[in-house]
Amino acid sequence: MGNVPAAVKHCLSHEALAQEHPWLLRWLVDEKSAAICDFPKAVKVVEVGPRDGLQNEKEMVPTGVKIQLIDMLSETGLPVIEATSFVSSKWVPQMADHAEVLKGISLAPHVRYPVLTPNMQGFHAAVDAGATEVAVFGSASETFCKNNINCSIEESFQRFKEIISSAKQAHIPVRGYVSCAVACPYEGHVEPAKVAEVAKRLYELGCYEVSLCDTTGVGTPGSMASMLKCVVKEVPTNALAVHCHDTYGQALANVLIALQMGISVVDSSVAGLGGCPFAKGATGNVSTEDVVYMLNGLGIETGVNLSKVIHAGEFICKALNRSTNSKVAQKNN
Amino acid sequence: MGLNRVHVHVGVQLLRVHFPQVAASAGKSLPEKVKIVEVGPRDGLQNEKTIVPAEVKICLIDMLSEAGLPVIEATSFVSPKWVPQMADQVEVMKGISKKPGVNYPVLTPNLKGFQAAVKAGATEVAIFGAASELFSKKNINCSVEESLQRFEEVAKAAKEQGVAVRGYVSCVLGCPYEGKVAPGKVAQVAKRLYAMGCYEISLGDTTGVGTPGGMIEMLEAVKHEVPVEALAVHCHDTYGQALANILVALQMGISVVDSSVAGLGGCPYAQGASGNVATEDVVYMLHGLGIQTGVDLAKLMDAGAFICQSLNRRTSSKVAQAASFQAILQF
Repeated sequence: MGNVPAAVKHCLSHEALAQEHPWLLRWLVDEKSAAICDFPKAVKVVEVGPRDGLQNEKEMVPTGVKIQLIDMLSETGLPVIEATSFVSSKWVPQMADHAEVLKGISLAPHVRYPVLTPNMQGFHAAVDAGATEVAVFGSASETFCKNNINCSIEESFQRFKEIISSAKQAHIPVRGYVSCAVACPYEGHVEPAKVAEVAKRLYELGCYEVSLCDTTGVGTPGSMASMLKCVVKEVPTNALAVHCHDTYGQALANVLIALQMGISVVDSSVAGLGGCPFAKGATGNVSTEDVVYMLNGLGIETGVNLSKVIHAGEFICKALNRSTNSKVAQKNN
Repeated sequence: MGLNRVHVHVGVQLLRVHFPQVAASAGKSLPEKVKIVEVGPRDGLQNEKTIVPAEVKICLIDMLSEAGLPVIEATSFVSPKWVPQMADQVEVMKGISKKPGVNYPVLTPNLKGFQAAVKAGATEVAIFGAASELFSKKNINCSVEESLQRFEEVAKAAKEQGVAVRGYVSCVLGCPYEGKVAPGKVAQVAKRLYAMGCYEISLGDTTGVGTPGGMIEMLEAVKHEVPVEALAVHCHDTYGQALANILVALQMGISVVDSSVAGLGGCPYAQGASGNVATEDVVYMLHGLGIQTGVDLAKLMDAGAFICQSLNRRTSSKVAQAASFQAILQF
């Protein structure tokens, strides 16, 4: 270390340095704050209320109401609105009107309307109905996969491969989801490595974005960070999204840690629509209003008009005859 | 020779190795332990519409003591004319089973309240300052400076009698009347409270409007004036931001968090809106982060269920709500 200035050698003992130059410690405190403030400049909010939200509500709403909700959301500045699901109405009666909804909504320019397509049949029906983006739902838990879509994770990938291949030919982008990214209602804790594996496969198959879902809402910033740390090694951060459930009140804290880790896409549901499917009566999706409020407070651009989202939330809650799950909306009332 | 910019820059780079938390990565360091200050029996019940009898308050506090909470704000020695919910202050103070190792601070807005508190057996008191002039005027009918002078009297008397004093600063992230509150003002008030002998200063987001960015900015300012070990955060969940705000506070070195069992205590400025953050939800997050609290979540939830039944209201805790439908899963 012959050429290293004496001061630098000296500062290898950081305590001594901090003692002699107390202002330096203050600078480090500021640096530390700056690191905590490491947020993306802009975040894309993916609105899942009309699909994930309504699919998990007890009350079914008529097609006209769904269309109106989506049209109202299209006016808020939300860049992505998951419109419906081309799943068999035998399994999900709430989404039986999928074609009608997709054909009925006013497609706003600059807004994307992905739809769920669990299999080729659903994919074809979606394309026939005019879908320009689709989504496939993988799982990091074998038991959940079996119980949810009646096949193993490997078998589900065979299905997705087909869909993604057809979508590619039709120039239709595909978004992937990984459910049970933190824990499974049946298996319990899910290994981050497994989540990373599934996310990687979806990405390599051709999904432009992979949304990591804390399906049961049990995640805390600790488990969230561990999972994300693993996944970002396999999938580029800018191709990742988080889909946090608020069942245990942890969603915003989890979204925050994800932002600090470089994630810049967040799924949420207007009015916090969509209860937890595994604990009847418990809350599920995090509210778009509360997420946007936080992002606004952080100075992060979303392009979203919060008042208009609150307004859309009021509309759908009235139609569902339920109160909002959004704290921001409650305060607004 | 003095350090020049190059030397300092290189020094900081070397220091980045020693202080991983300085690096812009996900590994934000968090405290190993967090002290939870349970404010349900005072701040919570004071802001509930329904008034509960002294026995119910005593039972609640005893259950909270059994749940492992290290600090439980028991009552307030404020005139019952202003706060009828706390009229039974002496009865409550004398009726609770004081668990060894647990502190039971009580609010004392003035010297009169302080004397009554000590007479009733209080060994720790709390004083409430504000970072907003308008709020101070409307809340305690005097300016911030006048209130600090009042508190000086209490702090002096407390010191003489060996009674610990905790200070609160309200409106740290916004005021229901003034709107934005300057971090510098918060730091000033916190500094004064600390200088007069408060062992800890709790920074209150009174209206819950704060978001993590504002929290970071405010804490940065306050940390320049008061050591971080002497700071606490008191976040309201009116806009659902509390846990996110607490998380950044922890990342900034705060290791004391105020919360209220079952999220008792609505926002006094918005009928029906939520107020205090629920202790259950805070503890769930802290345990999930591997942070020790000494709190038994199951017993805490029992206390929450008990008081909600007495108040005939639903819990505001999401963890408690989820628990009513399934066994609590902690990851």
